Amino acid sequence: MSRLSEDNVRLAAEIIGRYPRPKSALVPLLHLAQEQDGWVTRDAMVHIAELVGTTPAEVYGTATFYEMFRFEPVGRYLINICGTMSCQLMGAHELMERASERLGVKVGGTTPDGTFTLAHAECQAACTEAPCLQVNYRYRYRVTPEQIDQLIDDLAAGRLDGEIPPHGVLARVRQSIPPERFVGAPEPDAHATGPAWIGDAQ
Amino acid sequence: MDRGRAVTTWPHAPGFVAGDRPRIVTSRFEHEDSYTLRRSLETGGYEGLKAALKRTPAEVHEEVRASTLLGRGGAGFPAGTKWGLTPKGTWPRYLVVNGDESEPGTYKDRLLMERDPHQLIEGCLIACWAAGLSQCFLYVRGEMALAQERIAAALNEAYAAGLVGRNILGTSFSVDVVLHWGAGAYVVGEETALIESLEGNRGMPRLKPPYFPAAIGLYGKPTIVNNVETLSNLPFIARNGSAAYTAIGTATSPGTRMVAVSGHVARPGVYEIVNGTTTFRDLIYGADFCQGIRGGRALKAFVPGGGSAPWFTADQLDLPFEASQVGPAGSMLGSGAVMVMDETTDIPAAALSLTNFYAHESCGKCTPCREGGTWLQRILSRVVAGEGTDADLDQLLEVGAMICPGAFPHASSSRLGLDAVPFPYKMTTICFVGPSAFAPVHSALTLFRDEFEAKIVKRISIPVIAASAAGGGQ
Repeated sequence: MSRLSEDNVRLAAEIIGRYPRPKSALVPLLHLAQEQDGWVTRDAMVHIAELVGTTPAEVYGTATFYEMFRFEPVGRYLINICGTMSCQLMGAHELMERASERLGVKVGGTTPDGTFTLAHAECQAACTEAPCLQVNYRYRYRVTPEQIDQLIDDLAAGRLDGEIPPHGVLARVRQSIPPERFVGAPEPDAHATGPAWIGDAQ
Repeated sequence: MDRGRAVTTWPHAPGFVAGDRPRIVTSRFEHEDSYTLRRSLETGGYEGLKAALKRTPAEVHEEVRASTLLGRGGAGFPAGTKWGLTPKGTWPRYLVVNGDESEPGTYKDRLLMERDPHQLIEGCLIACWAAGLSQCFLYVRGEMALAQERIAAALNEAYAAGLVGRNILGTSFSVDVVLHWGAGAYVVGEETALIESLEGNRGMPRLKPPYFPAAIGLYGKPTIVNNVETLSNLPFIARNGSAAYTAIGTATSPGTRMVAVSGHVARPGVYEIVNGTTTFRDLIYGADFCQGIRGGRALKAFVPGGGSAPWFTADQLDLPFEASQVGPAGSMLGSGAVMVMDETTDIPAAALSLTNFYAHESCGKCTPCREGGTWLQRILSRVVAGEGTDADLDQLLEVGAMICPGAFPHASSSRLGLDAVPFPYKMTTICFVGPSAFAPVHSALTLFRDEFEAKIVKRISIPVIAASAAGGGQ
């Protein structure tokens, strides 16, 4: 149960500053919270509400709309197996059965040691590489049931630590705009004239 | 396999297959480091932007209009026309890039974001210059961690090099490109839902009218929403002119487009094809495309344009991949995604995989989609599980007719023989998610009703349905 760390509050301020309205930063800030704790805690949502100037209910309302946010702890590795058409045609069902058997959990379940959560996913935009899956949103293509076993072994042994960060860590490279290069988010209700460079062209 | 044509793949661009064809948006794909600024600049990157900045915004806008570049997100609306819909004299105006690719079968925008983010950024800047847009938000689907990393790194490089932000390339042109992360919601691909999401709300489509966010969009201000592939075409057009672009493809749909062909084909892949000249037969059977059905089996059916599109069979193989011909034939090209089913396919189960998707992704705003999608899913699930009754098949059509009135006047029409598929569907929902849940059911039941019948074990006659069908005719 934690609020955002000081570092994340600084990062949050930077992100909020890029948007004309602070509330636009809600989803990116929820990702920050999930990165910090592995899931989105109640305290983090209250904190985010303070940061963007809205109510915790608004934050909760937005957060619960989106698939990726988790409101209770999940495994260190979230394995999402795609089951939409191209993957379904190419054997997604067998993959899911194998993973479920190997991990000893049903779809949606987490292993007792908290290492793995197994989930069904919808189309992951890798249809030509079916059947596919993601571990913490990192792809594995044209996966066979045997490869599932190997993948689970490798993850459990920490052999993929460099490539696959723990659940919650999305992009490890962040956008960072140097202040001197930043134009600034135009206030929507300023009734501004066109930007200087557009002149009288339009 | 030597079939006389050179075909190339690169491990760093998984799924992409290059052939003996012009490449506009994938021109850098052979380079492993195509996502770096160094490689981009060495291969003509940002030259289109430089060329654009030497001309007035109006001239660049006119050039794009003349190129007849069609939107690649699904609707195929001309980009130049869309930009022209912003009301005169209203500011600020925003550009929102739709990188929320998630239509079943579609895999192209992710490849473009991962492999050539600078081309996309350059496209955004050209659009901002031409349409006079004040700020750009690049909305990337949450599940695409690598694309987000590549775009973030590319933006950091481009800002440092003076290519984005204040006084771009030393001119008065100043615009920020902000990377925004999604968090998993298919419906957000609908442009008004995308805007709601970007405002920090639940990503539900807005009621129409207004039909175009170009008039009232982000924060109520004029907003252009363009697809990743659409914008990725702009550097070529700005650099080489619209004539060079229209020289490729056909008059009604110039240029190239990215098509993902997946399912039971020998070589599934993402292909950049020349618009209008390639038929579905070429795509599925061509030596430099998919090389036929796996194991030499027969084709049963294919989805021509993403999960929302009504299905085709071998009868439509000779149609070109061209909107003006696929539309009248009863389907659509959508987002450039062909999914192929061979003769071994369990059709009801395949249809269910799509209906599951749309039922799951319904945002819940419109009752016919929220309730109807779930009904379709439940009924179809029990049919596929061998627990259905023959009344279930008519029930599927009745539920569908509540989402897409006119698709079936009433259930009994299925017994009377169906007319040509009335597509595009009328709909009782704000956006296309609802009808999309029904499209696969509609297609599968129309084309392969016998396969559904074969799964029905309980034959019961339900007088209520028969009576309503008899009495409810139109």
